[in-house]
Amino acid sequence: MAISRQPSSPASQIGLIRRPTWTGLLSWLTTIDHKKLGILYLVSGFFFLAVGTVESTLIRLQLIAPNMKLLNPDLYNQMFTAHGVTMVFLAIMPIGIGLGNYLVPLMIGARDLAFPRLNAFGYWIYLFGGLIFLSSWFLGGAPDVGWFAYSPLTSLSNNPGHGTDFYMVALFIGGIGTLVTAMNIIVTIINMRAPGMKLMRMPMFVWMIFVTMFLIVFAFPPLTIALFQVIMDRSFGTHFYDPAFGALPILWQHLFWVFGHPEVYIIILPAFGAVSEIIPTFSSKPLSGYPVMVLSGIFIGFMGFAVWAHHMFSTGMGLIANTAFSLTTIIIGIPTGAKIFNWILTMWGGKIRFTTAMLFAIAFLITFTMGGVTGIMLALPPFDLQATDSYFVVAHFHYVMGGGALLAFFGAIYYWFPKFTGRMLSERVGKWVFFFIGGGLHTIFLPQHFVGLMGMPRRTQTYFDGYGFNMLNLVSTLGVFMALIGAIMFTMNFFYSLRKGEKAGNDPWDARTLEWSISSPPPEHDFDDLPHVTGIDAFWLQKHPEFDHSDPAEKTAMAKEAQDADKHGIHIPGQSWYPLVASLGLFIGGYAVIYHNWLLATLCFFLIVASSYGWAFEGVGGKHIHAKGHHS
Amino acid sequence: MHDIRRRNLVWIVLGLLSLILSGCDFAAHQSTLDPLGPVAKVQYDILIFTTILSLIVCVGVGVALYIAVTRFRRRAGDTSVPDQGHGNPVLEVSLILLSTILTIIVAIPAVKANFEVGKRLSPSPEGNEVVINVTGYQWWWAFEYPGSGITTANEIHVPKDRKIIFNLKSADVLHSFWIPKIGGKTDLIPNQENQMWFDTEGVPPGVYYGQCAELCLGAHAYMRMRVVVDDEAAYESWIASFQNEQSKSLNATVSTSSDPLVEQGKLLFKQKGCAACHAVGGYSVGQIDKPNLTNFGLRTSVAAGVLDMSQENLEAWLRDPQAVKPTNRMPTLWTADDPNRDAEVTAIATFLRSLGVETSPQAMIGGDHGN
Repeated sequence: MAISRQPSSPASQIGLIRRPTWTGLLSWLTTIDHKKLGILYLVSGFFFLAVGTVESTLIRLQLIAPNMKLLNPDLYNQMFTAHGVTMVFLAIMPIGIGLGNYLVPLMIGARDLAFPRLNAFGYWIYLFGGLIFLSSWFLGGAPDVGWFAYSPLTSLSNNPGHGTDFYMVALFIGGIGTLVTAMNIIVTIINMRAPGMKLMRMPMFVWMIFVTMFLIVFAFPPLTIALFQVIMDRSFGTHFYDPAFGALPILWQHLFWVFGHPEVYIIILPAFGAVSEIIPTFSSKPLSGYPVMVLSGIFIGFMGFAVWAHHMFSTGMGLIANTAFSLTTIIIGIPTGAKIFNWILTMWGGKIRFTTAMLFAIAFLITFTMGGVTGIMLALPPFDLQATDSYFVVAHFHYVMGGGALLAFFGAIYYWFPKFTGRMLSERVGKWVFFFIGGGLHTIFLPQHFVGLMGMPRRTQTYFDGYGFNMLNLVSTLGVFMALIGAIMFTMNFFYSLRKGEKAGNDPWDARTLEWSISSPPPEHDFDDLPHVTGIDAFWLQKHPEFDHSDPAEKTAMAKEAQDADKHGIHIPGQSWYPLVASLGLFIGGYAVIYHNWLLATLCFFLIVASSYGWAFEGVGGKHIHAKGHHS
Repeated sequence: MHDIRRRNLVWIVLGLLSLILSGCDFAAHQSTLDPLGPVAKVQYDILIFTTILSLIVCVGVGVALYIAVTRFRRRAGDTSVPDQGHGNPVLEVSLILLSTILTIIVAIPAVKANFEVGKRLSPSPEGNEVVINVTGYQWWWAFEYPGSGITTANEIHVPKDRKIIFNLKSADVLHSFWIPKIGGKTDLIPNQENQMWFDTEGVPPGVYYGQCAELCLGAHAYMRMRVVVDDEAAYESWIASFQNEQSKSLNATVSTSSDPLVEQGKLLFKQKGCAACHAVGGYSVGQIDKPNLTNFGLRTSVAAGVLDMSQENLEAWLRDPQAVKPTNRMPTLWTADDPNRDAEVTAIATFLRSLGVETSPQAMIGGDHGN
């Protein structure tokens, strides 16, 4: 069911600043269009992906041979901390959110997210959080406490520099952005589906984003609390995590992983969603077992909150807690297995086309399976007590995050690039990109399983000769060069195709979901006419009415509903400066907190309050357009 | 790519992989793949069991994928629409049942093993277990044997065929105690006392390597330790030699050596300030939170397991600690242009290496029959 927007009078502008109507470059600063914001998320995500790749390359160069002196211990600690935070919070998660931002309204037949200005606000906060974090490199050094920043490493006495403050404040601010975006997308999916787009007809990508956004809403608060406690400890001398005052540092680990494990699913579920779109399209078949796929996604999300302590088997929680968290964890193997079966069953009996996107999706399947089974192994405390904090864990989660999520997202970019830009990426180059990135990831991370089992702890700046680590580390580092070749080819292909790529047309892949029913790139208002959805794979059913077995009466009712919704033309809300200004308050305020400049922090607070008022009262603005087929 | 070329690629990858793995020493110092003692063996058995199941799953998925992509590829020019089935509920449910069964197959031995090696161990009334209190410091280990009343650092001796209980505490940040070949790891956490135990039953006497496994900043990679497994007699004599040294009053001189270099080093040990931090039984009190050097000559390693014990390595460590173990907290006592440096370093090293050697030669272990 759809909500019809209230018609508005364009003259109702009572704000201090008129809602801008920029075109061109400035419009990217004031835009509230989910498509532009989605692109901004993706571009920022890939920028931070490049930053994280440079960091990981330096890490691997330091480990290419024993006793290397490229990075000293302090710099090495900063490097892997920055790598982890950048990849998890600033690269992979935002790429998933960016895809959701762009695609969810198009897939459910909406014209934007429910709260377009809030969407812009969420993006700017994420970007500013990321820039705060990145700037730590130039302001005295990045944090050096690892991406999960275990207490009491983060206490002022153990870590007097500002690095830890950058970690805490950047994640705190970035987390606000992620939270508002999550709520925005939840409201959108619940309220703004096109006529006939029942929940159980939504594309699987939308479902997975839907689950992911709930995970964000429930997972980020514990992290925010923990970050806030450390900021208080470091800024005002509270003793939440000070062992000298009897604090139990283990509290941080519980709060962090109550967030941290769902975070893994926040990253991987959008990847599941992307793969669940790519495989049906290139198999020319509907996704197999749609209800099972939906329920297993929900089940994975739900169980994600019941397994956090499997990261902590070695912290002395005791036999019963270890056993319980072990069992809850291996249960997740069941819904995950169901997903893998169904992806294969989708291909079974299809007519598969081996496009680059499909190759990435297939590689995701096998790589993610490998990361999944080592996850089950690590969930068993007797083995985990050997493997945890060794390179085996590093190999495991890079198979899930790098080999899993990232491969899926590369597939997603090859799949949706034509929709985003109107042009195709090169399939010929794409297959080489696939070969080098897929092969590179396996070359880097497969040996790390073995080096971990041979006793190499993670986060060690160097290793000694004679422990049997040399060869495996060398191979692992060589894999980086392979992956880098792929990354460079991808980047060149990207910029070439942006200007000179083959024209895509609306539906280059013979795809199944609604975003392919409109032009590439889509018009500002997304849909001229709100689509009528008669089943799963709505666009496929439009193209192949012979497969549409829905009730004709339902169709008539929907057509009327869609017509009513657009009676007054399509309202395009105006751009706005306020999201950017308000998030600038958080950006500058973040530095004020890091450097304990409370006057500046107070001023920033008032800037945020003032811009919130401006935001609330700036009026609706915007314009009405009358697309073809509409008469008002 | 043609099928032939793709098949070659698979063989090349498998060949390279086996070549690389055949070049690896899976029995190297810290390898969990060479388990000794019941705890490590139980942990290893779980690894092997789950690895076999994992390979079955991965190969199963791989084969299914391979068949799917070869059998159902769209031939050139084929524009037909395949059957638009939404899945087969019977197949669906049976596959879910299959993975549920797999899960149970994994869970049963894992839970059993967990109850076997994951339980907390209380010392038995007969007192057969050796209890060792471990305190983690940035970046070294303090060991205390409460039953014998002795203290040492970075290297412990344990008897074979006994259970060893470690009470783990941290003095500063998190650390993790890990001796891969004999047992898994447990974290050292401030304001929390953790326990870990392993069993040296069937572990051949020798030197076993371990390392801190939880990021503790700075010299984390250099925070290592060694466990020497002795037969009963050697262990008793090792303990006795420590009890002997550490019960001496300070005024009782440490053995007067015939070697003048030892005597000179002994004086320098106080003059250069070493004694202000480091306790040496019968000679200096030092500080409780600095490594105790009693019977240092009996150790197999220098600087918390970073270097093997030798005159040359010990001198290198004393001369420039930061070069051996970056960011560690031992002061550099000589400037590079100090004309007395080499002579003084040699003397102190000679003194340290003599500690315990002459008083209890039977406790000396070769240091080269380690694993």
